[in-house]
Amino acid sequence: MKLKSETCEAIDKLIPQYPVKRSAVLPLLHLVQGDQGYISSEGIEWIAEKLELAPINVYELVTFYPYFRQEKLGKVHVRVCRTLSCALVGAYDVADRLAEALDCPLNTTKANGDFTLEYAECLASCGSGPVVLVDEDLYEKVCEKDVDGVADTILAKVNGSVENKETA
Amino acid sequence: MPAEERRIILKHVDDPEYTVDLDCYLRHGGYAALKQALAMKPEEIRSEVEASGLRGRGGAGFPCGMKWKFVDRRSGKPIYLICNADESEPGSFKDRKIIHSDPHQLIEGMMISAYANDCVLAFIYIREEFPKGARILEKAIAEAREQGFVGDDMGGSGYGCNIIVHRGAGAYICGEETALIESLEGKRPYPRIKPPFYPATLGLYHCPTIVNNVETLCNVCHIVAMGGEAYAKIGRPNNSGTRIWCLSGHVQRPGLYEVEKVTIGEMINELCGGMRPGRQLKAVIPGGGTMKILRADERFQGKLPDGTEFDWAIDDIPLDFDGVAAAGSQSGSAGMMVLDDTTDIPEALANINAFYAHESCGQCTPCREGSLWVKQITQRMCSGGARKEDVDLLLSIAGEVGGRTICPFGFSITWPVESYIGKFREEFEAKADQAENENGNGEHRLIER
Repeated sequence: MKLKSETCEAIDKLIPQYPVKRSAVLPLLHLVQGDQGYISSEGIEWIAEKLELAPINVYELVTFYPYFRQEKLGKVHVRVCRTLSCALVGAYDVADRLAEALDCPLNTTKANGDFTLEYAECLASCGSGPVVLVDEDLYEKVCEKDVDGVADTILAKVNGSVENKETA
Repeated sequence: MPAEERRIILKHVDDPEYTVDLDCYLRHGGYAALKQALAMKPEEIRSEVEASGLRGRGGAGFPCGMKWKFVDRRSGKPIYLICNADESEPGSFKDRKIIHSDPHQLIEGMMISAYANDCVLAFIYIREEFPKGARILEKAIAEAREQGFVGDDMGGSGYGCNIIVHRGAGAYICGEETALIESLEGKRPYPRIKPPFYPATLGLYHCPTIVNNVETLCNVCHIVAMGGEAYAKIGRPNNSGTRIWCLSGHVQRPGLYEVEKVTIGEMINELCGGMRPGRQLKAVIPGGGTMKILRADERFQGKLPDGTEFDWAIDDIPLDFDGVAAAGSQSGSAGMMVLDDTTDIPEALANINAFYAHESCGQCTPCREGSLWVKQITQRMCSGGARKEDVDLLLSIAGEVGGRTICPFGFSITWPVESYIGKFREEFEAKADQAENENGNGEHRLIER
């Protein structure tokens, strides 16, 4: 498996920090998914070998934790919180409008791989709902009228014309 | 006198000049408590924390000093400290604020706690959905290490401890401390069978381990700074310290409120500016999604532990561990959701049930199956397919989950179903006679269709 050199460096730096090698499996899965966009069978075997584990020990984590994916996520990962605090202030309406604006049903990845649009369970920002997490950027108090703006930002990110909120 | 906040933990977070940089933290008196602590003996710090009466802010309210006392110090094994930053209980968002706005306060609290318990290594287990938070913490730890507040030979004391930031991957169950430990060991996060009851005797890598919540660890800084006895005087007896309440739902000003002694009425009507115009309070979920709902027009009667009789309206309930417990619910992780009269209660239950069905780890059959069944039934009830027998069916399933599982997650199935139906039965029964409109009967749709 071909990983970027910075991913390999990060992996080699990370493993010796832990008193027991196996503890590094979650961070390695994060790094490999960050590098490849998903966790392939090859990725599972590579991590297992690196940490002296059986592949099943890695595979059973990939199938358990919702964040790890065996299919490629879209270039931009959009998560709309659907849990009660956000729902009480209109999260489902926001989600529907966003799906419409992006022309992509919820819980699917756009066929061209541009983005994945999903419901998320509580994002722990209940006081400023509805919230939408676009990659690492959190959009708060998103009303239906804000949806087009968020959709435009997502599309601009897909086209590489917008940096993350922090650096913009 | 109108109710006021008393900000200790959140003192600086809303100051626009306040940043996450070490320099800023030092300018505001940061790491003075750590220096003070390093001049004390570890057992002296432990007795200050015990004297403070500090109760864990993660959910169960277990006394921190006692948790620390349970640590097996004679095993000869290394002792670990874990900060539980897996904040995932619906309604709770206080740890997010501390991590993103005042990371050094958490690091300082951790290093004092690590020194007090002779820990060799500390971890922050942070949920995946806080990617920026994880980076802020990593940067802050690196800065603190450079200045000798973290790492080898802290402040010339000869004591050293490092912190590793460990990211989760989207599983609510990792907030349960033994599941968190399994996750940190690189396994599926299945909660461990008890006994042993406390990781303090058998925790990470089968070594004594302390697991404390973010807010709990921040409090340790202030206990050292002001002394355990002075800290114990804040708040009501047995509920010492301030508490950060997370207000969400239908109030005018949702957000974080750090308070000492206020009631539910003062919180909603004064601090949060009341309900939205023209709306009435219908119900409060006081301590996060798991906790039992309180109905606005019920009376809460009984006897307090000290023998005093009480007869409260919802507004009179004191917002602390014992007050909310006396009213029949729990303050949990202080995630307080306020529901007004536009809320469809069966849909609210269906929403909560969907959360716990998604998050059940699947280890125990009653929870794995029960969480899905109650989700499916409430979902069907709210989608035009309610049957007369559904209410009793829900109660019969929910009653078989809590207390029959390895971890307390089972109560997250039982308590919402039993309390929402117990207090709003007529709304559930009415579902069988109603043809629902597209949005249910509430202002907003609360479930997936």
